[in-house]
Amino acid sequence: MTGIFTVSIFQSALELGCIYALVALALFISFTILNIADLTTDGCFTLGCAVGAMVTLTGHPFLALFAAMISGALAGFVTAFLQTKLGVESILAGIIVNTGLYTINIAVMGFSSLINLFGCDTLFSLGKDGFVYTIFGDWYKVVTVLLIVVVIALIIWWFLGTTLGMSIRATGDNAEMVKSSSINPTLTITVGLCLANSLTGLSGALIAQYQKSCDINIGTGMVTISLASLIIGQSLIGNKGSTIRRILGTILGSVLYRFIVAIALRLSVPAEALKLVSAIIVAVAIAAPYVRRKAALKKREFANYRGNTKGVKENA
Amino acid sequence: MLKLDNISKTFNPGTVNEKTALTHLSLDLKDGDFATIVGSNGAGKSTMFNAIAGTFIVDEGNIYLDGEDITFKKEHVRSKVIGHLFQDPLKGTAPSMTIEENMALAYLRASHSSSQYFSRISGKDKARFREQLSLLGMGLEDRMKQPVGLLSGGQRQALTLLMATFVTPKLLLLDEHTAALDPATAEKVLELTKRIVAERGITCLMVTHNMHQALEVGNRTLMMNAGQIVFDTAGEERAGLTVNDLLEKFKVGAGEELDNDRVLLS
Repeated sequence: MTGIFTVSIFQSALELGCIYALVALALFISFTILNIADLTTDGCFTLGCAVGAMVTLTGHPFLALFAAMISGALAGFVTAFLQTKLGVESILAGIIVNTGLYTINIAVMGFSSLINLFGCDTLFSLGKDGFVYTIFGDWYKVVTVLLIVVVIALIIWWFLGTTLGMSIRATGDNAEMVKSSSINPTLTITVGLCLANSLTGLSGALIAQYQKSCDINIGTGMVTISLASLIIGQSLIGNKGSTIRRILGTILGSVLYRFIVAIALRLSVPAEALKLVSAIIVAVAIAAPYVRRKAALKKREFANYRGNTKGVKENA
Repeated sequence: MLKLDNISKTFNPGTVNEKTALTHLSLDLKDGDFATIVGSNGAGKSTMFNAIAGTFIVDEGNIYLDGEDITFKKEHVRSKVIGHLFQDPLKGTAPSMTIEENMALAYLRASHSSSQYFSRISGKDKARFREQLSLLGMGLEDRMKQPVGLLSGGQRQALTLLMATFVTPKLLLLDEHTAALDPATAEKVLELTKRIVAERGITCLMVTHNMHQALEVGNRTLMMNAGQIVFDTAGEERAGLTVNDLLEKFKVGAGEELDNDRVLLS
């Protein structure tokens, strides 16, 4: 067993888990709180990655993060605009923007499908300078991403408790009530989707700096993977409870997902198989409660049927 | 206070499902009026409320509130000054949010600037919510951290009423708001309604299917049929009316025999 659970696996799962947790948190806002299936995520992640990579190349790793967040928020704004102002179905709005983003992303990357960041200053190279000679040592990447995730989690927690944050929660919880409470649903949906997609963009930029590269297909399947993390987190912590608990559950779910992936890779499951595995995890996790209810009902029905036939035999 | 000037609304015009819901309806409600509305199912009572609340824009005519033309105002803008309660007690509150969070959203009506967007619930707000909740006499002031979904229908409707009147509205629309509650709870919520409306002098419209209520509550009774107000009474004439008189008017107004309408059962 010690062969599978090495420190480096734990370390990289924690690093990647924290970075991808930002996308899971984005879906926590759009899917769980706003009750909108926002399919902008895939394209938006690549957009954040591309914008982040391009700005990092110019030697501004911090600016890259903010630029990626702003570009992500813009993508979210377009999706929100389509569904609130132009009457496009929310799922379709996401698909449309996602498709359009492919062209934008490749344009941002200078019409090349791969960018390398070798030799550039990144957050992690700066983090190395800052932390590697302290007690953190080799864990400097973990410390860097943990700092970012904790700050973002605190901001989200604080924001969801403000009047605007509460209005966004109410929009997903009871749309009828929102309109008769002087809350503008156009505003809450727009702010919610901008916030969610800015987190997705930030995550993309961090991945670009972490992997020192950006690939045009890096975002493919990101929605499913992040949903898997979100669902793992929810099944660990429960969907109820305080906001901070649910935020921490989402981050935990993302780390756990990366841990599972790392072990699978270690057990020489081919990397190409992971998307199928994530898809199955999501499908099973969403279907499980429904199937369980059905199964319980079938069991009762069957027991009832058996009880009846037994009764008939005894009477005969 | 409220003036409906010749408003009309047709749903699905030009299709087989065409339904004329309001036909040249006019109404003038004075400041502090509390009018009850009766009428058979499909008479246009809820449609009139939705027209006033802004769920849809009327095809014809104008709506004035407190002298201001609100005909083309959006629903969430109107709801700053109009409270709307529905028959379904689940419609007025957000179930997975706590009582105090729901109340904080209701308190948004009081805000006139966007600086309020980034404020959180303060200790002062909590004290104010607690004080208001204690007026309901349901013990909700000790459950402020609990999600509203845990409350009973009656408690949720009482909370919705409190939220709708927390910041005194110019107009309160009550669409059979006690019809889905058990008789004892319905009585309690109605008493609460009468008290709040009287204390603050809120202009109010209330739909009811209970003929006693229609004559006893408020100071004016309206009867609707086929998208119009067919009978309007107040003052001495109203004081002299009995439930039977009202039922008689109902027949005349409707111009058809009452057979098995639920109105007869009240």
